Amino acid sequence: MPDKKIKSLDQLQSLKQQLIADKSQYKARILICMTGCRALGAQAVCDAFRRQLAKSTLADQVEVVEVGCIGICAMAPVILIEPYDYLYGKVKPEDIPEIIATTLTGGKPVERLTVTEDGKSLPKISDIPFYKKQQRLVLANCGRIDPKRIEDSIAAGGYAGAIKALTQMTPQLVIDEVTQSGLRGRGGAGFPTGIKWGFCSKSPGDQKYLICNADEGDPGAFMDRALLEGDPHRVIEGMITAAYATGATKGFIYVRAEYPIAVEHINLAIEQAQILGLLGEDIAGSGFDFDLDVRIGAGAFVCGEETALIASLEGQRGMPRPRPPFPAVAGYKGKPSNINNVETFANVTVIMETGAEEYSDIGTEKSKGTKIFALAGKVKYTGLVEVPMGTTLREIVFEIGGGIPDEGQFKAAQLGGPSGGCIPPKFLDHEIDYDSLQEIGAIMGSGGLIVMDQSTCMVDVARYFLDFTQSESCGKCTPCRVGTAKMLHILQAICDGKSEGIDLDELIKLGENIKLTSLCGLGQTAPNPVLSTIKHFREEYRQHIEENTCQAGVCKGLLGYEILDVCVGCGACKKVCPVDSITGGKKALHTIDKETCIKCGQCFTACKFKAIKR
Amino acid sequence: MAIQTDVDMEALDGILSATPDIDSGDLIYILQEIQTAYGYLPRPILSEMSNRTSIPISRIYGVATFYEQFHLAPHGKHTVRCCRGTACHVRGAQSVSDAIARTLKIEPDQTTPDMLFTFETVACLGTCFLAPVMMVDDDYYGHLTADKIQDILERYT
Ligand SMILES: Cc1cc2nc3c(=O)[nH]c(=O)nc-3n(C[C@H](O)[C@H](O)[C@H](O)COP(=O)(O)O)c2cc1C
Ligand code: FES
Repeated sequence: MPDKKIKSLDQLQSLKQQLIADKSQYKARILICMTGCRALGAQAVCDAFRRQLAKSTLADQVEVVEVGCIGICAMAPVILIEPYDYLYGKVKPEDIPEIIATTLTGGKPVERLTVTEDGKSLPKISDIPFYKKQQRLVLANCGRIDPKRIEDSIAAGGYAGAIKALTQMTPQLVIDEVTQSGLRGRGGAGFPTGIKWGFCSKSPGDQKYLICNADEGDPGAFMDRALLEGDPHRVIEGMITAAYATGATKGFIYVRAEYPIAVEHINLAIEQAQILGLLGEDIAGSGFDFDLDVRIGAGAFVCGEETALIASLEGQRGMPRPRPPFPAVAGYKGKPSNINNVETFANVTVIMETGAEEYSDIGTEKSKGTKIFALAGKVKYTGLVEVPMGTTLREIVFEIGGGIPDEGQFKAAQLGGPSGGCIPPKFLDHEIDYDSLQEIGAIMGSGGLIVMDQSTCMVDVARYFLDFTQSESCGKCTPCRVGTAKMLHILQAICDGKSEGIDLDELIKLGENIKLTSLCGLGQTAPNPVLSTIKHFREEYRQHIEENTCQAGVCKGLLGYEILDVCVGCGACKKVCPVDSITGGKKALHTIDKETCIKCGQCFTACKFKAIKR
Repeated sequence: MAIQTDVDMEALDGILSATPDIDSGDLIYILQEIQTAYGYLPRPILSEMSNRTSIPISRIYGVATFYEQFHLAPHGKHTVRCCRGTACHVRGAQSVSDAIARTLKIEPDQTTPDMLFTFETVACLGTCFLAPVMMVDDDYYGHLTADKIQDILERYT
């Protein structure tokens, strides 16, 4: 086999030019999201395209490319057609002949597959409101390149920034550049990345390690997953730069087990980078060595915490330990280690490409660059969104996300997952960055953004998050182990309608104490969802406790179902009741047996005559 | 449940010989391999592994019981994974989960007596746009409501 190894920046650049020239032989490219959209049949669409194109005269002129997340997941399966940049959603294999005839042959959009706004078809991606307010820097390649081909990444400029750093800059210069850019860690806490690298670089030790935190524990967040699946080389490139800056020669990517596609793509990417001499010994002729391995997590939320993650890498139970010493001093196997989040490394690649100065023009005074949010919940366009720091919640939820579906009303946005808080409507116009969020009782977190409407009960949401953190508490320290259980007990009682003698101020005090005394970030932040909902939605708690009502209709303990006399006796409720609690003859008033009713609410949903009251 | 004693050691041989100089750092990886090969972590295999690697059995159990991914009893033929992530929760995942429990007559983390289904809940399947969502083996089912569950599960035999 000929040696394919790249030996210099010049060689990389000429390979890039050659790859771009090769690509221009195609008249059009069909980009199909083969990650998240797989769940809704993207594979069948892709196969059908390949089959039908092979039989057509376009066979050599159109390339079918399997890409990562294109962003607008609500329209899955999504495809994008270059050079027209037409975006089609909810594509089925039956649609393909029309796409071939109208778009690939005729150059015109298939309007019924496009996003529509006020009845108007918007075929071009740049005209779709979902994309208009976004600034896709980190996600630039995601959904545009085949993540399983390193050539696609190189053609898009991949690895040039890192190789430039390795061959033309000293480690200290790289650290200075990243410090100057103002980049803060995207894993949640927002610690300045350049400063963290400086600690590890100055820490004495013969062997240093670099770790990429891809545990993405926030339930309802999928930014890191999308990056690893859609553009793994950007993350690897950022890691190479970081390794050089900190002096680490061995690295790990710790990925959660629930992400099989991410694991597959990152493994492939590492292998391809090694073949081209962009990983391993003497990277691109720079004399710098860096090895990278993937480790798969085994399902524990607390392993996202850096010291627990390191314990897990060492093959132990994933329990955190007190800091200091910080990982920069004593991390993996007791050696100096630097740990960053996936999106942080991907941002490093952007910085090395554009330079610190240009990068720091984006964002707010103290939070630079962009942030990726996983927009989900009660919002029209769920998906992946990248916006400059300082964008308001209103812009994200209403302009990008298209607002609340089914004429619902915005009630709150949850940011920061189990460590975060709920933001009420009065802060919709608040600029979002690390510090502004903290002021209003939430945190940036990793980027999960869940929109809630009037059908969400805020007490139940608080109970939900506490149930999560409580079951994920590793049990090592008492405040977290016992305290969160106690808080959960109280919240459960409120939701069950057994709130006699419950004092919200006591609950707040308990929460504050857990925050102050817990060993790791899990316990230190677990009370946040409760505290923030009490702060902003105290009236709802009061209704639960004093009036025994849950207006959102969620807390079963406070609900009772009853059939009103507008019932026409259609029998729809009787049919769906899973426990046969509803009786009544045809066209006669039905009744619910309160003894056996399990309050599942299926009758309420099934009734077309609003005859069921809860 | 009866503890199997007649477990085939061959797969273990392969796993251990493929990993040279085993130390505790490889423990999670090896347990993952064992679970892939056997479908769960059989007790005799863990004892044998401890004998051959000098990793104490207490450490092996400590790790195996800490992580949610590992299970010490065999799984059913099909695995139902219901998402309990935030996006799914606010779109009614609880009623979906209740419906699965009602249909299969088991609670999360249990297996039906006929060994057909194991029911698990997971933190987020990363397909929040399908909320509420569940997976049966490798198939996704999105935008679920409680009344759809029985029909879906009846397809698996
Ligand atoms: C309970 C808990 C869970 C965490 N989960 C994650 C996670 O899933 N991904 C992540 O990158 N950081 C997570 N973190 C933060 C890490 O401890 C660490 O701060 C981060 O990886 C540092 O990277 P950064 O500086 O690039 O943000 C978690 C922290 C805590 C306390
Ligand atoms: S919250 Fe259910 S898939 Fe993400």
